[in-house]
Formats: sequence, structure tokens, C-alpha cells
Amino acid sequence: MSRTATETSPRTGHQTASHTTNGRPPLLRLSGVHTHIAQYHILQGVDLEIPEGGLTMLLGRNGAGKTTTMRTIMGLWKVSAGEITFAGDRLNGLKTPDIARKSIAHVPETMGIFGGLTVRENMVLAARTGPMDEDRLRWILDLFPSLEKFWNAPAGALSGGQKQMLAIARAVIEPARLLLIDEPTKGLAPAIVGALTEAIRQLKGFGATILMVEQNFAMAKAVGDTVAVMDSGRIVHAGSMADLAEDTALQEGLLGFSMEMHQ
Amino acid sequence: MKPAISIPTPFGPWRLSPVPLLVPALMVVALVLVGSPSTWVTLTLAGLAMGMMIFIMASGLTLVFGLMDVLNFGHGAFISLGAFIGVTIMTALSPWMDSLSLAANLGAIGLGALVAMVVAGGFGYLFERTIIRPVYGDHLKQILITMGGMIVVEQVIYVFWGPDAIPIPRPDSLKGAFAFGDVVLEKYRVLAVVVGLVIFAAMSLTLKRTKIGLLVRAGVENGEMVETLGYRIGALFIAVFVVGSALAGLGGVMWGLYQEVITAPMGMSVMILIFIVVIIGGLGSVEGCFLGALLVGLMNNYAAYLAPKVALGSSILLMVAILMWRPEGLLPAAKGR
Repeated sequence: MSRTATETSPRTGHQTASHTTNGRPPLLRLSGVHTHIAQYHILQGVDLEIPEGGLTMLLGRNGAGKTTTMRTIMGLWKVSAGEITFAGDRLNGLKTPDIARKSIAHVPETMGIFGGLTVRENMVLAARTGPMDEDRLRWILDLFPSLEKFWNAPAGALSGGQKQMLAIARAVIEPARLLLIDEPTKGLAPAIVGALTEAIRQLKGFGATILMVEQNFAMAKAVGDTVAVMDSGRIVHAGSMADLAEDTALQEGLLGFSMEMHQ
Repeated sequence: MKPAISIPTPFGPWRLSPVPLLVPALMVVALVLVGSPSTWVTLTLAGLAMGMMIFIMASGLTLVFGLMDVLNFGHGAFISLGAFIGVTIMTALSPWMDSLSLAANLGAIGLGALVAMVVAGGFGYLFERTIIRPVYGDHLKQILITMGGMIVVEQVIYVFWGPDAIPIPRPDSLKGAFAFGDVVLEKYRVLAVVVGLVIFAAMSLTLKRTKIGLLVRAGVENGEMVETLGYRIGALFIAVFVVGSALAGLGGVMWGLYQEVITAPMGMSVMILIFIVVIIGGLGSVEGCFLGALLVGLMNNYAAYLAPKVALGSSILLMVAILMWRPEGLLPAAKGR
């Protein structure tokens, strides 16, 4: 059984998104993480705990530090202070490939599709440890049928929604313990958003642990189990998605608007 | 059920593109202007041979730029060094070079080229580690320090081989020409075309059919994403740099045999043509580099015959025309950064 709590970090005095499962340590833990990009101090003491299993939504206004948090976890930005641990291992100082090899997959905000490569070649590259597992590939292609249709087409010729599907398919072609997905519905048509929502539900059903940044609150509400809200480079709220979805006043306080108005 | 993977994989931006037709189009226009078919064949072969040699020298440079975002103005150093090493080996094998046997001649040239590639590749490794590594991400510093590196290498060549140009006569079996009626095909140019085609085919197959090739193509587009997938791209950078340097060494040997003389600044001299080819082709694109090299080689030879006074500027005119049509070059590598 899962329990969600909001605690105050003894190190930073900020709230920590703390979701423990039967007393087990979290899969991912950020403790007082600071990140600087050039002269800008973007993350200012992020405390976040992600339990194994379930989907944690990372919400917040533009510029709150959500994408920087994802990129810092992946080692794409350097941690200036604080600590990130994954399954008990310290990630600070590791290079991005070594972090990825710890079974963390990342779908960036830009999707990172190799447009000059075919869909098949994108998938072949994502299967880093060897040939693609046929059963897993079949499952993915059933999840995203358009990828099969355009299997040998250049990925650069896909539509935005299809590119996003490829980006997610690439991230799950090898089993990952943690999946970081950054704004998967950005700029997509409502019909595609529906398909992606269903796909993410299925991913959850297979036990994937997911940390997702999302601006589409209908999707966030539909798939999120727990939520952490960021503002000015810090976590300012942590709790269950259901609680936030029901509390209009809290939504307006944290996000500046209510979810109902944005569906 | 497996996905439908029987359809041939399209390769890069060649599909449905009129760009590859530029080479035959230029040939046809030249045929009309030259008038004499036999002269046209001779000029065309000369142009293709020149283009192939430039391609061999330039292919590494375009990959290095595409993958590593490094402007290596010192690439010419590998060309000069390769030429001098190759000639030294061939001189040491003078009984083979002087032999009337084609096999012995090709053996000497092949061995010279192989050693030149190994030395140029090894030197490329040192060059990347010591000169380029500290200036990743800073184009201005890259230009300055790599040009400086090239000057140092030139001076080192003077120290070891002296300041004079070294003549390098081709072996007997590669002198002269094949004659088919009025058509004359110079033997060495035929060899250069064959070697160039083999190198291009090998590079294309590697880039298309192997996982290393996929990684290089993906890395040219978006190195950060390749790392996010768990690949250590740093090792790939170095490997590509070494291969590019080795190819420049091979190109140096072939260019030296083509000119029948080698000098320390020969690398720097040919760099102008190489940069034109890389820019025409589109930065980071091996196929574009191949097309650009053929166009430059053909244009040089046709112009030298039809209008000798504009021959010198023909490559630059070609570059201007192509950039006005396609500002990013003929077949630029997609950039996803």
C-alpha cells in the first residue's frame, strides 16, 4: 500500500515530495539539489522522492525548474550542490551515459528524434544492449501502430504526435527502472493526447516508475498518482494527484489557475 | 509478428532529391560545350579522379565537424604528414617502385599508403587529445589553435625532410594512359577513381549498415541524445577523428602521386578546395561531401579546358552558385540539437 506525505527538509527547510511504499526507500531521491546554468541559479534546493512504481507528476509554472530538474537527474546539467541518489547509488558527478546505464530512460522536451534516421534505426539505437526483444517490440508497436506503418520512413518526416510516440517507444524498448518524460503532449492535437494518455496508462500498468512533467492538466489528472509542484526552483507542494485535483483553492494558490479551467 | 522491415531503408536525404543529378547534369552541359566526345571523356575522368582524391581528404573533416562541432583548420597537417610518410616508405621500397611489375608497384604504394594512414591516424589522436580537446565549444579558438598546429607540423616536416620539394615520380606501370581510339584515360586517374569509389562505398556501408555508423549519423544530428541513450560518445568522437586523419593521410599520398611532387605546405594549399567541398556538400554530410568533391573536380577540369582564365575561380563560383540555391549546402546533415 502506498502512502504519500509532505515533509519539511531538515537541510533546506523546503517541502519534500516524499512518497514511501511500505517503508521501502525511494527509487530516486533528490536532496537539496542546486543547479546553475551559466550565471543563473535555476534549482535552489530541490527535495524530491520518487517511490518505485506509480507515476509522479511534476507541475509548475513556466520557468519553475521542471525541465532543469529532469536534465539534472540525467546529468545533462551539473549538480552545483546537494545529492541525487537512484536505488541507493549516488548519481552526482556521473556522466549522462553512465546514468542512463543505471536503467533511467529520458524523453526530453524536444523529443530528441534523429530525423535523418528511419523509425527502425531510431529503435535499433535505443536498444543499446543488443537486438530488440521481439515480444517487447510487438507490444510497443501495438501501443503505437503508426510506428509500424512508418517503420522504414525517415523519422524527420513523422508528425509531431508520431515523433512523440517514437520518443516514448525508444525510451521503453529496453526495460527501464525509471522513465523521465518531459511534456509529452506539448503542441499535440487533442486526439493524439488521448492516445498518448492511454499509452502512458498502459506503461503504468506494466509497473513502470515514471516521473513526468506535464502542462496538460487533464492528462496529469488522468494518469498521475502523486504530484510535486515546483516554483522558483523549489518543490513547494507534494501530495496525491487526487487531492490536488479536488482542491481548486490549492490549485490556484500553487499554479495560478484551477485545473477545471484548463481542461 | 515482426514489423515490416523488408522495405529498403532510405539513406539520409537522397530520397526524391534532385541534388545527386547535378553531377550528370554538369557532365551533359560540359559535353555540349566541349563538343569533342573523346576530349570530354578525358576531361571527365580527370575531374572525377581529382574529385575522388579531394573526397578522400575532405570526408574526415566533414564528419569531424558534424559530430564534434569542431572546425579543424589543421586537417591539412595530416595530408602533408601522410604524403611525406608515404613517400618515405615508397622510397625505402624503391626496388618495388622501380619494378616493371604492376603488383610490385601497387604493393609499394599500398604499403606506403597504409603506413601513412596509421601514422596520420595516430597523429590525429594526439592532435585531438592535446590541441582540440581544450577548445571544444569555442570555434574561434579552434580555428586559431588548429591553424597554429598545422604551422607547427609544417615546420616539423622541414626539420625531418628539409625545405625542398620532393619529386615523386609514379612507377612505370602507372605512367601513361589507356587509349581507346581517340579516348585517352590516364592510368593513375583510373586508379584514383577506383580507390575513391572503394572508400566511398566502404564509408556508405559502414554508416548505413552498422551500429557504429548509426551512432555516427545520430551523433551528427544530436550528440546529447545519443548520450542520453547510454552511449559514451566521447570514444566515438576520437574514433571518427582518427579515421578522418587517416583518410587525410591516404589522400595526401594520392595527391602527392597525382602532382608528382610533395611539399610541406601542400596540405594547407589543398585545404581551400577541401573547405569549398565541405561547404558545398553541407557540413557533416558524407554524401554531400562526395557530390561536392565530384562537382569541384569536374568544374576545375572543364573550366581549365573551356576558359583557362576563370579556372582558378571556378570552384569559388560554383560554391557561390550552390549556396545561393541551397544556403546550407547540397545535402546538409539534419541537426537536432
